[in-house]
Amino acid sequence: MTRSGLRDRAAIVGVGATEFSKDSGRTEIQLGVEAILAALADAGIDPVEVDGMATYTMDNNPEIELHRLIGGRALRFFSRAHYGGGAACAPVMHAAMAVATGVADVVVVYRAMNERSGFRFGQGGLLTEDPNAFETVDFGWYFPHGLMTPASWIAMFAQRYLHETEATDEDFGRVAVGGRDFASTNPRAWFYQQPISLEDHQASRWIAEPLRLLDCCQESDGAVAMVITSAERARDLLQPPVLVRGASQGAADDQRMMTSFYRKSLTGLPEMGEVARNLYAMSGLGPEDMQAAVLYDHFTPFVLPQLEEFGFAPRGEACHFLREGHHLRGGKLPVNPHGGQLGEAYIHGLNGVAEGVRQVRGEAVNQVTGLEHILVTAGTGVPTSGLILGAAN
Amino acid sequence: MSHTAPDLTPFLGGDRGPYKSWDPVNPAMIRHWCEALGDSNPIYTDASAARDAGFNGLVAPPTMLQAWTMRGYREQRPPGSDTSDPFAVLVALEEMGYPAVVAVNCEQEYLQYVTEGDELYHRSTIESISEQKTTALGVGFFVTELSTYYNQRDEVVGTMRFRVFKFAPHERDDAPAVTDTGDGLPPAVRRMRPVRNHDTRFFWEGVEAGELRVQRCLGCQTLRHPPAPACPDCQSLEWKAQPVSGRGHVYSFVIMHYPEIPPFDYPNVIALVELEEGTRLVSNLVGVSRHDVSIGMPVQAEFSEVEPGFHLHQFRPAEAD
Repeated sequence: MTRSGLRDRAAIVGVGATEFSKDSGRTEIQLGVEAILAALADAGIDPVEVDGMATYTMDNNPEIELHRLIGGRALRFFSRAHYGGGAACAPVMHAAMAVATGVADVVVVYRAMNERSGFRFGQGGLLTEDPNAFETVDFGWYFPHGLMTPASWIAMFAQRYLHETEATDEDFGRVAVGGRDFASTNPRAWFYQQPISLEDHQASRWIAEPLRLLDCCQESDGAVAMVITSAERARDLLQPPVLVRGASQGAADDQRMMTSFYRKSLTGLPEMGEVARNLYAMSGLGPEDMQAAVLYDHFTPFVLPQLEEFGFAPRGEACHFLREGHHLRGGKLPVNPHGGQLGEAYIHGLNGVAEGVRQVRGEAVNQVTGLEHILVTAGTGVPTSGLILGAAN
Repeated sequence: MSHTAPDLTPFLGGDRGPYKSWDPVNPAMIRHWCEALGDSNPIYTDASAARDAGFNGLVAPPTMLQAWTMRGYREQRPPGSDTSDPFAVLVALEEMGYPAVVAVNCEQEYLQYVTEGDELYHRSTIESISEQKTTALGVGFFVTELSTYYNQRDEVVGTMRFRVFKFAPHERDDAPAVTDTGDGLPPAVRRMRPVRNHDTRFFWEGVEAGELRVQRCLGCQTLRHPPAPACPDCQSLEWKAQPVSGRGHVYSFVIMHYPEIPPFDYPNVIALVELEEGTRLVSNLVGVSRHDVSIGMPVQAEFSEVEPGFHLHQFRPAEAD
C-alpha cells in the first residue's frame, strides 16, 4: 500500500467542546460526556451509532464508561495513543484508519481533563517505586537534580537552540504575542480581550531559564471531542466534511519522552520531521499549500523548530520568519488562529485539532480567508503526531 | 464512631449585637488593604479622585466590609459591643463531640459605599444549620452565620454569610505508611531517589563509590548513557560498567526558578554535561553563580552525600585544559 492510502478516506464531521476554565466544577467524565454529545449533535449523528472511541493514554476516562453514558450500544474499536500531548493528532489518525478500513463506522475522539483544578502536570511529578516501570526508572536521571517539570525539560533544548542559532528569547516572545493576539478576539479563549506585548513577555518572571512565564501555556479544565466517519458517509451529514488529507505519528532516532538529550543535535525535532515527511507524502501537498497552521505550543521555543521541520523556514532560521510577522494575523502562515494553548486553553492539543476543523469549514472566529489546507501538530519534545486537514472538493 | 444527631434548633436565629468597630473608616487601614491586594483604584487612596467620582471622602474597598468590625488579635471587642459569642453553637457542638472546624465559604453583598469617617457595626444571626452530613472530612454540620453591617446612621451597608463545617473527623485507619529512612528527614522534603533496576544499579553503586561509570557495549565497544540492557547499534546484550574521567563541558543548561519544589535551593542550575568520553548526563552544577554559567564551560564531576545516606553526582566548573 502506498503512503497515500489514507488520503481523503475519512472526515471529521462534528466537533464539540465544553467551556474552558480553571475550575470546571464537575468530573472529567461529565466534561467528556458533554463534549461528545455536542460533537455528535454538531454532526447530526445519533449517539447509538458510535462504534469506536479513541483518545490519549493520559485521559482518565475509560472509553467504555463514556460510551455507556452517551447511550452507545456496541463498541467495535477502541485505541489510545501514548506520550502526553504527543497524542493530540494520533487518535484522529486511528479513527480515520478504523473508518477507512470498515473496522468501525463512527468513531469519537475525545480529551477531557481537569488539568488545573485537578492533577497539574507542571508541579513536579511523583515517582512510583516499581523498578519494572520504565518511566519511573528513567525519571531517576533527572528528578534527583531537580529537573522535574515539562518546562525544565523543554528549557534544556531551548538554551541549546539559542546557542546554535540567531534566535533570541525575544523570538520565543513573538510566538506568545501572536497567540495572545488571536486569543484576544476569540470569546472561547481564557485570555479573550487580553493581548500582550513583547515588553510584557520580556518583563514576565523566569520559570525555567530561558523560559519565562509567558512562554508557558495555560493550565486548563475542559474537554474537546470530535466525530470521524468515512468520506462517503460524510457527504450526507449536517456539516461540510473536513477531510483527513494526511495523518501520521512520529518518533525518530534516539527518541525519548521529553528528554531526548543524547542526540547528536538538540536543535531539531526529528520526530516532527518524520511526521512532516509522512504528511506531505500522504497528502501530496507541501508547505506552500498550507494557508495556516496549528503548531503545538505548550511552550513557545519548540514552535521555532516546528516551522523548520515543516519547511516553512530554513533550519535554524525560524526567528526571521517570526520577526517578519508571518505567523501573525494577516501573515502568510497565521499560526494558532484560535490563540493556541498559550491563549485559548490547554486541552492537550485537541482544541487545536478542533480549530483546524473550524478553519476548513470557514466558521472560525479568526477565519483565515481562502483557506484550503491547514496543518495541525501535536506535542513537541515527545513522540508526536500530525494532521493535514482540507475541504472536500 | 457513630453520631446520633443532636437537636440544634435552639441555636437557630437570634439577634446578637451590636459588634462595633475599633476605628472609624480610615485612610491607613484602606491603604494597607489596597497595598496587600494590589488594588490601585485611585478612589480608595486619592481624596481628589474620590471627590471627582462623586464621593465626600476616600472610599473603602467594599471587600473590606468584614475587616472594620473584626476583633483584635487579643479577641477583644470595642466598648459598647455585645460580649456574647455569635458562634456559640460551635462551642456547644464541640462539647457534643464535634471538635474540628473548617471554613467553607463566605458570601458578601454590598448595598452602599462606605467612606472615610463612617463608623460601622454589625449584628449577627445564625441563619441555618444543616442536617448532620457526612463528608470526606468527617461527620458534622454546616453552620451559616449572617452578619448585617450598618453605618452610624443605622443604614444597612452590606451583609456577609460565613459558613463553617463543624465536625467529628473520620477515624483514620488508612493513613499512608511512611517509610522511615533513618535519615531524620520527612519523606516530603527529600530529593526524589532514583529507582534502581538491573540495568541501572551499577551507575548508582559507582556514585556511592565516588566513581562515574558509563556502560560500554562489549559487542561494538560503544559507550552509552543512560543505561539500557541492549546496544542500539549492535543489539548486543553484553556490556560492562566502565569508569570515566568525570571531565566534560556544559552542553546545555537550565536555571530552575518555579515551582520551588522542596528540598532544592532556587534558582537551581542544572546542566546537560557532555563528558570527554562523549556521552552526556544531567547534573546539578555547583560552585558557580547562575550568571556565570555558559555553554562550553569545562566541568568536573564530584560526589556528594546530598542527604544522609544519599549520594549523588554533581558537577563543578574546572580549569580549562
